[in-house]
Amino acid sequence: MSEEVLVEEKTELEERFPEISRDDRKGYEGFIVPTEKLVEFASVLRDEFGYDFLSSVTGVDYLPEDRMEVVYHAYQTTGGPGLFYKVQVDRDDPVVPSLTPVFPGANLQEREAWDLMGIRFEDHPNLKRVLLWEGFEGHPLRKDWREPFYEGDGKPFKSRWPGGEVIRAEDSNPFNKNVDYPGGFDPEQWTPANETAVYAGVGRLDHAVSETALSNDQIIVNLGPQHPSTHGVFRMVVRLEGETVVALEPVMGYLHRNHEKIGERNTYLMNIPFTDRLDYFNSMSNNFGYVLAVEKLMGVKPPERAEYIRVMMAELTRIVNHLTAIGFLLNDLGAFFTPLLYAFKERELILDIFEAVSGSRMMCNYYRFAGVARDLPEGVFEQVKNLVLHRLSGQVDDLDTFLTDNEIVRARTMGIGVLTAEEAIAHSAVGPVLRASGVPYDVRRADPYGIYDRFEFDVAVRYHGDIYDRYLIRLDEIRQSIRILEQVIQDIPDGPIQEGKPQYQVRVPAGEAYGRVEGPKGELGFYVVSNGKPNPWRYHVRAPSFINLSALDVMCKNYKIADVVSILGSIDIVLGETDR
Amino acid sequence: MTEEVNIPGYDIPPEMEGQVTITALDKIYNWSRRNSIWPMMFGLACCGIEMICAATSRYDFSRFGMEVMRPSPRQSDLMIVSGTVTKKMIPQIVRLYNQMPEPKYVLAMGACASGGGPFKEGYSVVDGVDKFIPVDVYVPGCPPTPQALIHGLITLQKKIDKQSIKNVRWYSKDPVEPIPIPLLGPDLMDPRDYALIKQYGTEKLAEDQQVPAAEEA
Repeated sequence: MSEEVLVEEKTELEERFPEISRDDRKGYEGFIVPTEKLVEFASVLRDEFGYDFLSSVTGVDYLPEDRMEVVYHAYQTTGGPGLFYKVQVDRDDPVVPSLTPVFPGANLQEREAWDLMGIRFEDHPNLKRVLLWEGFEGHPLRKDWREPFYEGDGKPFKSRWPGGEVIRAEDSNPFNKNVDYPGGFDPEQWTPANETAVYAGVGRLDHAVSETALSNDQIIVNLGPQHPSTHGVFRMVVRLEGETVVALEPVMGYLHRNHEKIGERNTYLMNIPFTDRLDYFNSMSNNFGYVLAVEKLMGVKPPERAEYIRVMMAELTRIVNHLTAIGFLLNDLGAFFTPLLYAFKERELILDIFEAVSGSRMMCNYYRFAGVARDLPEGVFEQVKNLVLHRLSGQVDDLDTFLTDNEIVRARTMGIGVLTAEEAIAHSAVGPVLRASGVPYDVRRADPYGIYDRFEFDVAVRYHGDIYDRYLIRLDEIRQSIRILEQVIQDIPDGPIQEGKPQYQVRVPAGEAYGRVEGPKGELGFYVVSNGKPNPWRYHVRAPSFINLSALDVMCKNYKIADVVSILGSIDIVLGETDR
Repeated sequence: MTEEVNIPGYDIPPEMEGQVTITALDKIYNWSRRNSIWPMMFGLACCGIEMICAATSRYDFSRFGMEVMRPSPRQSDLMIVSGTVTKKMIPQIVRLYNQMPEPKYVLAMGACASGGGPFKEGYSVVDGVDKFIPVDVYVPGCPPTPQALIHGLITLQKKIDKQSIKNVRWYSKDPVEPIPIPLLGPDLMDPRDYALIKQYGTEKLAEDQQVPAAEEA
């Protein structure tokens, strides 16, 4: 979309809503919407202006100005740049109308904002903590909240080496552990919060003995957090009628590692290795999203060769991810481990390349602002070339031959876990889940970043929205990735891999930026707010696995409990990213 | 096989070699246990992926008799704590540990499980699983490579070799006490620390009340 259309659109919006104002702080963009107009504004934007895809909802705590802000990033599924809007509320009593009735995809994100920042969303159907547990003291992402091992507001901490001696964080805590309790707290008087809150999401079961209760077949089943098919420490509370799923509620937070709080203490550069650990299958594309967001703020661009290397690594990691996703899906379907062995065989070869360029197999920490960490070592380019031109497509065809027409695979996956296109968009589903439902939305094509506008590739799309299509689309995408890689191999130029001198401490001007990439699991966004200091003021990750889960309930309803496992496998979540 | 468990110093007639072995009870007991360690299929985070890698064809830890990963704690001997242990998860981990039958071992895989790792300063991360359950082997790395994990498993085998049936925990007269399961309150609470928590709460309350009083004065 051209700039003019955007400007026109914006004026039109302003005429429609005279109450809204442009966000004219330096480095900021978008509109500031009054709270009472928010729901109307969002629905008009969706229905009349075509911004039907609510990518991200997050809160920012502006402590010095004593207010909270909720930021919404909206996009059109037909492509083009986004439109950002914000509401500002009082910090002491932040209440914002919930957008869940308009965009069901806001559900989990609003719960997260309540959990971590204490912003209350009115009319939210199920507003309770999502990453932490009910009863936790305080809202940790507020700027004045301090954790038990608090050492300072920004790194590097001075306190660790006073007088040249290392002080362990445990020694400064009376319990020798990472815990803290409010004043006057008496554990013996305290009653443990029971699981009622968790079960409330799937509806209450009437346990009183009555005739209706006895004739009722419904039971509540917990899957996880320790369950071999949940891909980590994920938990699902399922309400069953016989074997059929009536309601399902995802319960997460078992791997909540304070990514965002730590990210606000870290300097910009220090965050890159932390992003590796978000989606630990694809550290390369996580790096990519984060450096894009910070580069937007800094206003720099990497040199040509670095751009090509970035695309090369991002596509290789996509192949790794899709292969393992298929392997794990087949695991869940009962083909225990054999397909996964095939997938891991190729994964090892690609990880060898990652190890050669970055020094680590999984946690690559390879991208830098305006460049990459180091050039391809000798021989690696040939390795990539061999793999891409002579090996990978054959291996994918092998998987295709063995699995696609397999009778059991077809019987277990076709027509199961259907998500329609409308539902997928409304739930902000992204990546293969969205495209398998018939929406050809790929950030690489819709809003190109890096040099993706130069490559010839098709946006893979399938139309049934069931598990089988989500499996097929991953095969399609691997083939497209191979196509992109072939072009990269052909065109990659020589030259520097870093713009300017590599720096430990980058200067990031004040402002906000939202960088997003099409990660293998879907749109991965990083929302970074800078106030000119060495540390980001706010650092938020829009995690595809997390937001895709808001559609899990819709996908699983009216299918059998055995299908829940394979439906979850077909979404391909990774808990490091879901819980952050 | 016989060469491995034979005790040196006893001559076996040549015609019986390979069929008869002379050994100590400890030795054969440990030998059979160390070669059939069943780990629990229990991946917490990033390290879990490298644990799976160690099971795949390139590294293949079934060479050590460890390929039988059990999803149930009741059937497993070894808990590989592979990843960041969070406060929300530790009650479940302690419960799983209590459910494992003796003899049982714990391997802390990676920096997070060993001591909190890069996420140590975070508010919802337990800084090392050894604050709650006893750990036998620590494997450093973030994440450790499959080779490092296999090295850790071999280290565990060496540890098992040194145990003696006379003084192992699970044959002692008194039953082995289960570890009290921590609870989720305003923060994670270890039942063993209740007195300390109470004392801390009272002191903190007094301190909080003193500060406003001092300000008023």
